[in-house]
Parts: sequence; C-alpha cells; structure tokens
Amino acid sequence: MQWEIVIGLEVHTQLSTQSKIFSGAPTAFGAAPNSQACAVDIALPGVLPVLNRGAVERAIRFGLAVNAKINSPSIFARKNYFYPDLPKGYQISQYELPVVAGGSVKIRIGRDENAYEKTICLTRAHLEEDAGKSLHEDFHGLTGIDLNRAGTPLLEIVSEPDMRSSAEAVAFAKILHSLVRWIDICDGNMQEGSFRCDANVSVRHLGSDKLGTRCEIKNLNSFRFLEKAIDYEAKRQIEILEDGGVIRQETRLYDSDKDETRTMRSKEDAQDYRYFPDPDLLPLEISEDWINRVKAMLPELPEAKRNYYMTIYSLSAYDAGVLAATREMANYFENTVKLLPASAKLCANWIMGEVNGRLHKELMDIAQCPISSAQLAGLLLRISDGTISGKTAKDVFDAMWRSEYGGDADTIIEAKGLKQISDVDEIEKLIDDILAAQPQQVADYRNGKEKAFNSLVGQAMKATKGKANPTQVNELLKKKLMR
Amino acid sequence: MHHHGFGIYPSLFYDLPRLTNTMLNYSLKQLSTLLAAKKISSVELTGEFLGRVKVLNPDYNAFITVDEKMSFAQARVADAMIASGQAHPLTGIPIAQKDIFCTKGWLTTCGSKMLSNFISPYDASVIERFNAAGAVNIGKTNMDEFAMGSSSETSFYGPVKNPWDITAVPGGSSGGSACAVAARMAPAATGTDTGGSIRQPAALCGVSGIKPTYGLVSRYGMIAFASSLDQGGPIAKSAEDLALMLNVMVGFDTRDSTSLQRETEDYARNLAKPLQGLRIGLPKEYFVEGMSADVARAVEAAIVEYRRLGAETVEVSLPNTKLSIPVYYVLAPAEASSNLSRFDGARYGYRAPEYTNLNDMYQKSRAQGFGAEVKRRILIGTYVLSHGYYDAYYIQAQKLRRLIAQDFAEAFAQCDIIMGPTTPTVAFDLGEKNSNPVQMYLSDTYTIATNLAGLPGMSIPVGFSDNNRPVGLHIVGNYFAEAQMLNVAHQYQQVTDWHTRMPHKLTA
Repeated sequence: MQWEIVIGLEVHTQLSTQSKIFSGAPTAFGAAPNSQACAVDIALPGVLPVLNRGAVERAIRFGLAVNAKINSPSIFARKNYFYPDLPKGYQISQYELPVVAGGSVKIRIGRDENAYEKTICLTRAHLEEDAGKSLHEDFHGLTGIDLNRAGTPLLEIVSEPDMRSSAEAVAFAKILHSLVRWIDICDGNMQEGSFRCDANVSVRHLGSDKLGTRCEIKNLNSFRFLEKAIDYEAKRQIEILEDGGVIRQETRLYDSDKDETRTMRSKEDAQDYRYFPDPDLLPLEISEDWINRVKAMLPELPEAKRNYYMTIYSLSAYDAGVLAATREMANYFENTVKLLPASAKLCANWIMGEVNGRLHKELMDIAQCPISSAQLAGLLLRISDGTISGKTAKDVFDAMWRSEYGGDADTIIEAKGLKQISDVDEIEKLIDDILAAQPQQVADYRNGKEKAFNSLVGQAMKATKGKANPTQVNELLKKKLMR
Repeated sequence: MHHHGFGIYPSLFYDLPRLTNTMLNYSLKQLSTLLAAKKISSVELTGEFLGRVKVLNPDYNAFITVDEKMSFAQARVADAMIASGQAHPLTGIPIAQKDIFCTKGWLTTCGSKMLSNFISPYDASVIERFNAAGAVNIGKTNMDEFAMGSSSETSFYGPVKNPWDITAVPGGSSGGSACAVAARMAPAATGTDTGGSIRQPAALCGVSGIKPTYGLVSRYGMIAFASSLDQGGPIAKSAEDLALMLNVMVGFDTRDSTSLQRETEDYARNLAKPLQGLRIGLPKEYFVEGMSADVARAVEAAIVEYRRLGAETVEVSLPNTKLSIPVYYVLAPAEASSNLSRFDGARYGYRAPEYTNLNDMYQKSRAQGFGAEVKRRILIGTYVLSHGYYDAYYIQAQKLRRLIAQDFAEAFAQCDIIMGPTTPTVAFDLGEKNSNPVQMYLSDTYTIATNLAGLPGMSIPVGFSDNNRPVGLHIVGNYFAEAQMLNVAHQYQQVTDWHTRMPHKLTA
C-alpha cells in the first residue's frame, strides 16, 4: 500500500515592533521576569487594549509579499480560556476576517536533477498577542509566571495542507523564515521563539482525495525538529492504520530528546474557546492609501532576486536560492559580483563555500563577516587573473579573516610571497631537476603507473612551496614525460 | 465601611448637620463661588460632607470606602490651587466616586469580595480628570457587584438604602452614588450605566443623572462589565450640575479604543435656551403596559409642564423596545463572562485560602469570590457564546441590536428628544425582587434600549408616588445631544422644585 503524507503548517512569527501589540510595554527579549509587563499586560481591572500600528503595518507587508488579500475591515476576537500565563483569561486574536487572506509562496525542493518547484497556498495570516511564560523549574512545588512576553505581537501564518513530505514542509518553513526577515517584520530567531512552527500531519492512501484525520504537532523550534517530528508522526500514523487502527484527532508534543511525538490533548479535551468579536477593539479598517504606501516601501522580494541571479549570472536555482536567502546575503553577493562581473560563479562558490562555511562554524551571520565584499572581490580577482591558485587563496582567506594586513588580499600575497610562479622557464627548469633526480618514478610512469605522475606533481609543488601554477606544472610534466 | 486616617479634621464628632438646608442644596457653581470667595475652604467643605457621611452612612451604606486622610490631602491641594488662582469650576468640591473606577491608593472593590483586597495602583481616566480639575474624592460608593443589578443589593458590602425610605432599594447599580447625592452626603457623584445603572438609581432616589453617548467618557480604568454598553456619567442634584460634571468627565482618551475624538464642548452652553418649538417624541410603546399609575401620573404631569414651556409632543414608535431586555441579557452577560475571566485569583484580588491544584484554585477562588448574580451572568454569557449556540443567541442579538438602534434613528426623524418614564415603578422594597431575577431585570425596561443604541439618556425627578417615593422622567437624545438634553432638563428644573426636595429627616 502506498501512503501519502499531507502536511499543513501554522507558523507563529513574532513581529519586530518595539512595543507590544496592545500596550506600550517594550518587547525586548531576555529582561528580568515581569519587568516588561505594564498594567495592560498583567490585566489589571479596568485596563483596555490599544492596537499597535506597527504590528498592522508588518502584517500588511507580509500580505503584500505573498500576494494575499488585505482584509478591510478585519476583526479582533477574544479566544477565551483560563491559564496563569494568560492574564485576561482570553487571548486577543483574529477569527473571522483575519488581516491577511490567501496568498502563496513558491518553494524549491532538492538541488540535483530531481529538484522540483511547488506553490504552497496560504489560508490566512492573522494578528494576535502572545501569552506569558510559565516557569516550572525554578520554584519547588510552585509555578512562576513571567508576563514579559504577554502581549508580544504575533503574526500567525496558516498554510493550506499542500505539503506532501517533511522535505516540502521544511522548504516551506525556510522560505517563510527567509521572507519574514527579508521584509523585516521578524528577526527569525528560532532559539528565542521568534519563529515557531506547528505542523498538522495526516496520511492517506496515495490517490485518495479525502484528507485523513490529522494530528497537530507543537513545539517545533528548529527546521531539523520539524523534519524529524513529521517523519516520526507520519510513520506512527501509517503503522496504526496498517494495523487496522484509527487515528485520533489530537494535539501532540514533539520531544526532541526522545525523537517522538506524544499526546498533549485529544480532541475530546479540546476547549470551546467561545470566540467573539472583542468589544474593546473596533473593526480594523486599512485604507488603500496605507496599503499603497506600504507597497512602495517594500524591498525587491527574494523570488525576484532568485530569478535575476539565474538569468543574469547563470546561477543554478539552488545557488540563487542560497544567495537570496537573506537580504544581507544578497547584498554581500551583489556587492562582490559587481566588482567581478565576469566571475559570478566564482563569487557564488566562494560565498556559499568558504564564507558561509566559516560563518557557520563561528556562529556568525553575514552581517558580522570580518571580510567585506570588496575585500573578497580583491581576493577572487587574484584567483581569476592567475596570481594565486585556489588553494593558496584559501590561505590568504584565512589571513583576511584574521584581519591581517588590514584584510587586504594583495598586501597579504605580497607580504607572504604567495604569488604564483607562472614563468614557464622557471617551472621547466624545476621539472627538469626533479625528473633527473627521480629516474625510477619516470620509468614507473612510462610503464603505466599513474601514481608516479601524481608524486612528481607533488614534488614540483612542494619545491615551489605551492606557488607554482598547478595547471602549468601538469601540462609541462606531461609534455616532458611524453618525449 | 472602610475607615482610614482618623482625627485629622477636628469636628467629626458634631451632630448632623452643620450645613444649612440651603447650603445642602447649593449647586456646584454656588459651592465654587463660595470657595473662590474664600467664604469656605475646600478642607472645611470636605469636612462638612465627610461629617455627614460619618453620621448618615451607617444607616444608608452608600460608601464602601472613606479615607479622610486622602480626601483632606486633596482638599489642601485644591485650596492651594484656589489660593494661587489656578482653580477650575470643580476645584475643591467633594465628589463621590463609584467604586468601579480604579483610584490610585484607594481600595477599589467594584462591590465584590473578589476585589475586596484590591488597592488600585493606578487612576482611571475619569479619576485623573477629576484630580486634574482639583476635585476632592470624598469616598468610593457602594454598588451592585460588578455593576450587575438594579437595586444595589448584590454588593458584597451589603445593600444600599434609599434615603427616601429606608425599607426601599435605591436602584442600581450606581445606588451608592445616587443615595449619596440624595442624602446630600456629596454634592455630586460618578456612576456608570450599562443598562440603566445611572438613570434608574437617579430616578429611584429623586436625583438627576445622565449617561452620555457611548464613547464620550473614557472607559480606561472603569472596571468592565459589558464593554460595548458601559458608559460613565454623573449623578447630581440638577441638570446644571450634571453639565459641569460632564465638562470634566468627557474627553478623548488614547488608552480607550472606543473613545471618540471630538472637539471639546461646554455642556452648560445651552442651559438657558427656551424650549419653544421643541418636539418631544412620546413612544407609544412606553405608555401602554407595565407602568404603574403613580409613575404615569408624574410623567404625564411633567409632559404637561413641557407643553407649558413651549414644547410640542408627537407620538413616535419604538417597535423593538420589547426586545431590548432579551437582547441585553444575551449581549451583556456574553461580554461580562469574558471580561470577568481575569479575576482568577492568580495575580490580585481574592484567592481561596485552600486549593489542591490550579483548576481547584480557579474554581474555589471564583466560587467564593463572586456573588450569585455575577455567577448567574457568567453562566448565561458562557452559554450564549458556546459552540452551537453562538449563532442562535449572540449573532441574533447583535442583529436585533441594530434594529433597536434603527428604531431610534427613525423616531429622531420626527422629534428632537424622546421622553418617557425612567422606570416602570418607583423604588421597590429591599428584598422584594431578590428571588426573581427576571422581575429585577424588567426594572430596566425603558433604559436598556439606549445603551444598546449607544444613545445618551438621562433621568430627572418629576414627582412622587403615593408612598412618597420619587419618580424619574427619562429623556433620550440623539447622539451627542447632551447639551440639548441638559437644556431640556434645566428649563424644567427652572420652573419646578422636585430636584431640590430632600428626604425630610436628613434636613437641618
């Protein structure tokens, strides 16, 4: 029996406003417990919410970026339930008429010849407030409540059940993650919970057009966990069904330590949230004029960038995707390639390879890169004009990373004497010396032992401390051995 | 009553009353003139009224909290303002504040055990505005628990009594404020009105009260009952005093999203206008059934007086009036059930002394902290918002609410102002309707529709029943017609003296 996995995601993005969605308290992460909760956030008697314009503007920005409809009016509703970190006993969210309706994003899965593109439709995106935090660890037999996060603005993005594998789900989550940072509405910090995914997973027989019973998996705070949780959950459901069982609709929690999902609450326990329009907040009307002003300030979107890189610089879809993952990365690439327009692929390879690898290793992002795009271009220029080999360039790159000689490639090459020897006479003389000294290896090569050739190349490179142009060494060696 | 800070004012032990009858009836303007002329200081005036509170309140239970220290401190600030020529019209005048308004440093209970330990850390907008005006808070008045009631009997602090008859209710929920003004324990007071909570007690206590257009008085810091209906307003002896109170209370507030941004107006500007040509609409539905003979007689006499003043009357129709009560008792409890969720014992307010876990803490704290009427409304509200009932009740009620507002719009095409009785009967006896909530709800029959429509409504005294209990005339204006309504009431009060009558035994 062939099974098909069906996945829809709900992504909570924390909006990058200075103050909370319904109060003037600050939103900065990491402050002392309850130091960023004002009268409104702790729900004193008599307080009232006032909507943060910046949060709405960010929602509009998102809606425009995914070609969605901006609803006007949209309605804020109360979602009623009791929990200690929910001070009002209700969360202000949107139910009917969310601020953003519909829209879609394009994802690309894989990087080889099996790679494919797919459009994932969005159901909606709505504004809501975050709850506080319950701290169970630090208080023996008690629960501590930190309301700093209470009232932090969230945009909950809900997709259609359009994904068919964990890889598609991860690709979608990554595209959204990239997009919300690109349009500057969310810092995307997953450790701090600024970008959190819940996955709705169900399975069905391949070819069926009926959706299976779904389970919602919560607590997916990394792309890896998202992938593993979906894989685990799909396997769990398939096993139950193959054993003749039925799936119970429920909310499940992913435990990354055990790599499993487990029941959090079943549908029978599901609360009746008694949604109704919040009488403290009037219907939100968004004028065409406002939408147009937001539109005018929207940066060129990542998809357009990707297409541009593919057509103008002939990069692969994968490379274009990596370089257009963030605005900072795209700027870095563009500023580098601007200085080396004929070597786009070289620029792309170095940024995706050396630069990204090094940043990743040192847990830095591109904005913190010690080598500027102009400095990198200076280095790549010396590769393309043959001054240094790619191998030597990596040593120069290391020195630049340590900001030696002001991080300038030419100065480093000069100071360390790394300039490649491209003088044919000089290399020829060197090779003659080696051949004379190694008659046995010459004989071996002529008897068909390829290894001997490599050894001879190695000796030539060693003798020049790597400064010989390896291509030249190869060619000259072959020519001389042919004789 | 909570009593703090004794003995600052030396004359607290004198017998009632030192203010003469005439002085007790002084308007806010007259008191202000006395203060400005330094005939009396704010400290003295505050002391006089605190003295009356001290003597009368044990019988009437109009106040939950009196704090002489705080009141006198404000009075001294007011005297300094007056001395330095910075006085506003209400500077130095004692005002009783309904205990629904959060008042910094004051116990703010909303009439509930749930908040019986809640000292507010902040001032409601209304309180801020009175403070800025230099008014003196003379105490926090008793009320139905969370403003849910029409008799002020549901208060955790015990029932308020009607100054005209100690066996009668004062109405509610702003019964403490109406009682305080009627018994001249305060020259004026604040109230809130969700379905008639200013107008009904004003009527039953023989004083004047106005609920402004929804959105004029900020709800920030006013503990919410039903957010889309709640509106603060004043209770005072006369329309003229109400105008001065409104001048302080009304104003745009960025902290309340339902607050209206309008140009400031002087609500006293039209008081003197003659009523010649005024078209008074009399809804035929108000004059058919349910109204007691005493009430009908007094209201009709008032209408006759208005004709004498040059007004004409036209019959209008408000066909959906009868739906007001069922609509209200879906919408108000729905909002209340959610608004009162924050009272969970977790962060402030009452928490049950013993509990086994979180849910037990919630259940016990709320079961012990809320009274029966509040619980009843939370249950109704939770029910009507529940899955499967929401469309049948809540949505349906919202549609009817629109029809009720539509009725008024059509009526105002034919008249300038609408009049009728404020209540179907005069004050009923304490305990009379306790066992029958629906009977209690019906006492707001005439007032509720204006809240549903967001319209301004007021009540002024127009006579007495055979058993000497006051009758109120209900005046409803179009949106933002407060100045006109006050004019209409003031002209009547210029030719009648119902509003100056005082319960006999409370006079000098």
